[in-house]
Order: sequence, then C-alpha cells, then structure tokens
Amino acid sequence: MRERDVPQEGNAVLEGHRKAVYAVGADGKLRLVASRGWEVEETVTRQAVEDLERHAEDAKRRALAGDSSPLEYHMYRARMDVALLAQAVGIWRWRVRRHFRPDVFPRLSPDLRRRYAEALGIDAAALEKVD
Amino acid sequence: MSSLLRNAGMPMSEAMAFGLSSALAFAYLPFLRLNGLPLIAYRMPPGAIISGLDRGLGLGVRFETFGSRAAGTARLDALLDEGKLVGLQTSIYWLPYIPRDLRFHFNAHNLLVFGRDGDDYLVSDPVAETVVRCTRTDMERARFAKGLLAPKGRLYYMTQPPAAPDLVALGRKSLIRTTRVMLYAPLPLVGVRGMRWLARSVERLPLDGGGDAARLYIGHIVRMQEEIGTGGAGFRFMYASFLQELAAATGYRALDALAPRLVAIGDQWQEFAIAAARMIKRRDPLEPPKLAGRLRELAQAEKGFFQELNEARRAWRH
Repeated sequence: MRERDVPQEGNAVLEGHRKAVYAVGADGKLRLVASRGWEVEETVTRQAVEDLERHAEDAKRRALAGDSSPLEYHMYRARMDVALLAQAVGIWRWRVRRHFRPDVFPRLSPDLRRRYAEALGIDAAALEKVD
Repeated sequence: MSSLLRNAGMPMSEAMAFGLSSALAFAYLPFLRLNGLPLIAYRMPPGAIISGLDRGLGLGVRFETFGSRAAGTARLDALLDEGKLVGLQTSIYWLPYIPRDLRFHFNAHNLLVFGRDGDDYLVSDPVAETVVRCTRTDMERARFAKGLLAPKGRLYYMTQPPAAPDLVALGRKSLIRTTRVMLYAPLPLVGVRGMRWLARSVERLPLDGGGDAARLYIGHIVRMQEEIGTGGAGFRFMYASFLQELAAATGYRALDALAPRLVAIGDQWQEFAIAAARMIKRRDPLEPPKLAGRLRELAQAEKGFFQELNEARRAWRH
C-alpha cells in the first residue's frame, strides 16, 4: 500500500477516531500514516452489528407477543449468545434457555435476576421490561 | 508493547517489537467460536508476543491473573501506585470509550494503564489516538469478562530494565521462529496450511436461504482480518517495515529486498477484503469459490515469501 493509497474514506463506525497504518512512502520506506477509515471495514462491521440488531428485534417482537421473556431480548441487545450469557451468570445453558419461557421468567428468584442484570450490564428493573 | 518499552527507556518502533517477538502468523481455529463463527488469527496471541519480546530482551515480564475482582483491582492499584506501567487483557465490549459499533464480546483486547486519577484509570489504547479515561467499575467488568479466552483479570508488567539487544542474534532467532510457524507448524490449521484449510471451508459454504449465512461467514473473515488491531494486511505491512528496520540496524541488506514482496502480499490481502465486501454488499454475485481461490493464491504467495526469507536468514553470516 502506497502512502497516497491509505484509505481516508471516513469509516463512520470509528466515530472520528483515526487508525495508524503502515504504508510505503515515496522513498520506498514503510512508515506510519493515519487513516480515517476504509469502506470495506465499515461494510463488514455494519454487517455484523445489523445481524445482532436483527436478532434483538426478533426477540423483542416475540417478547411483546408473549412468546418469549424479556431476557432473550436483553441478551441479544448486549450482543451475547446463550453460551456467553450462561458463562457470565455461572449457570447451565439449558437453564438460560428455560428462562426465555414467558411462564418461567416471572418466577425467577431476586438473586438470579440480579446476577442476570449484572452480567448484562443493566439494572434489575430494566430486565423486567422490553424497551 | 512498544510503549511499554519506550517508557522503560528503550525506544523501539511498533514494527520492530512486532517482528522481534515473531508475532506474524496465521491460524484458522474452527473449534474456537465467536458468536458461532470460527476464530481466525493473523498474528500470535498477545501473551505469546509479550513473552517473545521478554525472552529476547530480558524484561522479566510478570503475568498475574486473579480469582476475584476485588483482588485484581487492588493489585492493579498497588502496581500503579508504585509507578509501574501495567498491561491489561480486557474484553473490548465493556470499554466505554470504544465506538459503539466496535464493541463486541472479544476478550483479547490489550491496553496499557499508566496512572490513576481518583476513580479513573488513565489508559493508552491502540484503538484510541489519545489518552482515554476509564472508571474503575468499567475496567473491572472488562477485565473479568467471561467467555472464550476469558482474561481472568490478567495483567502484566516489567520487573527489569531492558538490556541493549544484540539485534543480529535476536533478529535471526525471530526469523527462524516466524518461518517455522508459517511453513512448518505441526498443525495443518496454522501458517500457510491454515490458509488453505480456510479456503476449503469457504469453498464449501452452503448457499441456501439466500446465502445470508455465507455472507456473514465471509464478513467475519474480513472483520477478523481488518478490524482487530492493525489488521491482517496491516500486519504484513508492519512486518515488511520490521524487515527494513532490521536491515538498516544490522546492515544485512538482503532483508531490504524482501520487504516490497511482503507489501505486495499485504495488498493482495486487501484486494481479497474488497472482493469479499462487494459480495456482502451484493454488488457482485456471491461466489465463495472465487474467494477460496484468492485465499489459495495468498497461501502460495506467502509460502514462496517465507521460503525466501528462510533462505536469506540461512545465508546471514556475521
């Protein structure tokens, strides 16, 4: 990559941060050049974020329709999956999946609710609702 | 890592630290999953990079992990009070100063803490250009995140001032290690063979359901390549810079001639990323075998390059 080819497309994902990248200068030596971002990076990052957002939206719709508990929505909103959430809370995966059931979720102990909220980085009150 | 050394009175460029620690690599690890997608690494894990430098320079790096959050925080504060510079392994998701869209549950994000101001840590992070602040609570959460490669509060610091390095001996040793990883790793998932293995799994991606799953997989490869740190192509450029610097520092000019070839390989990685992004954006039809072909060409090019590097290293007399 030549110095003048360093992408400066302004990747919106970086929110104005710049990245230092190595590029070849006119003298044939490599040096650090600041880059404002590359469109390709933005494409793949947005793709991954949108996929997670789609999961969260699906879960929200299901929770509002009474087919799932708010927990599933909050899990996707925190960009987690069942395996990670189970590990973060310290319980089995099947228990997490069971807590997605709208009939089981309201009966969770306050302690487990607190642990879920802690693992997801939200307060215990926010865990109860979908918004 | 480079800033850790600079602080200890040994200025060294990022590229030099990267090259001397034999950090360049490739690994395709389908059994380690991030949100259901395989781990693909374009460099060694940070722990190996740090130990690599430690061996060469005699830094006496100490790693510590902790069973409880309180112990981890107390130790970090005590080290900072001693005036030490402390490296931390964190989950990038929980760091509030990282742009929202870059925050995924990825546990191998390394940063450097150089001070404390009340309840805020002063942080130097490769993602941010300037010094950033992070509260104690947020840092604790980031250090004790769970999941794949969980950091368990891992921190590291140097206990000895670095000795002036013998760049010839160190440089040759680092070249041996890198060529070995890229060409002769005992696992078929590592090095050039790992690229071929990845090519095969790309080729076999199922296209049912409109190909969304395949697009995600391809996007994931590029994301692992470009978003994490300087990126896969970026690491190739960085290593090329290391070869130039090593040539200049030791007077072994044969390495200079190899740098442009590695730059060309880095360009080829970027072309791969562009081709993949076009398929994701549906500007080009989704054809995984085409991308697999590019990966095979890359494997071939890197194989040739590292064989020559190996030759150059063998011919290096002093």
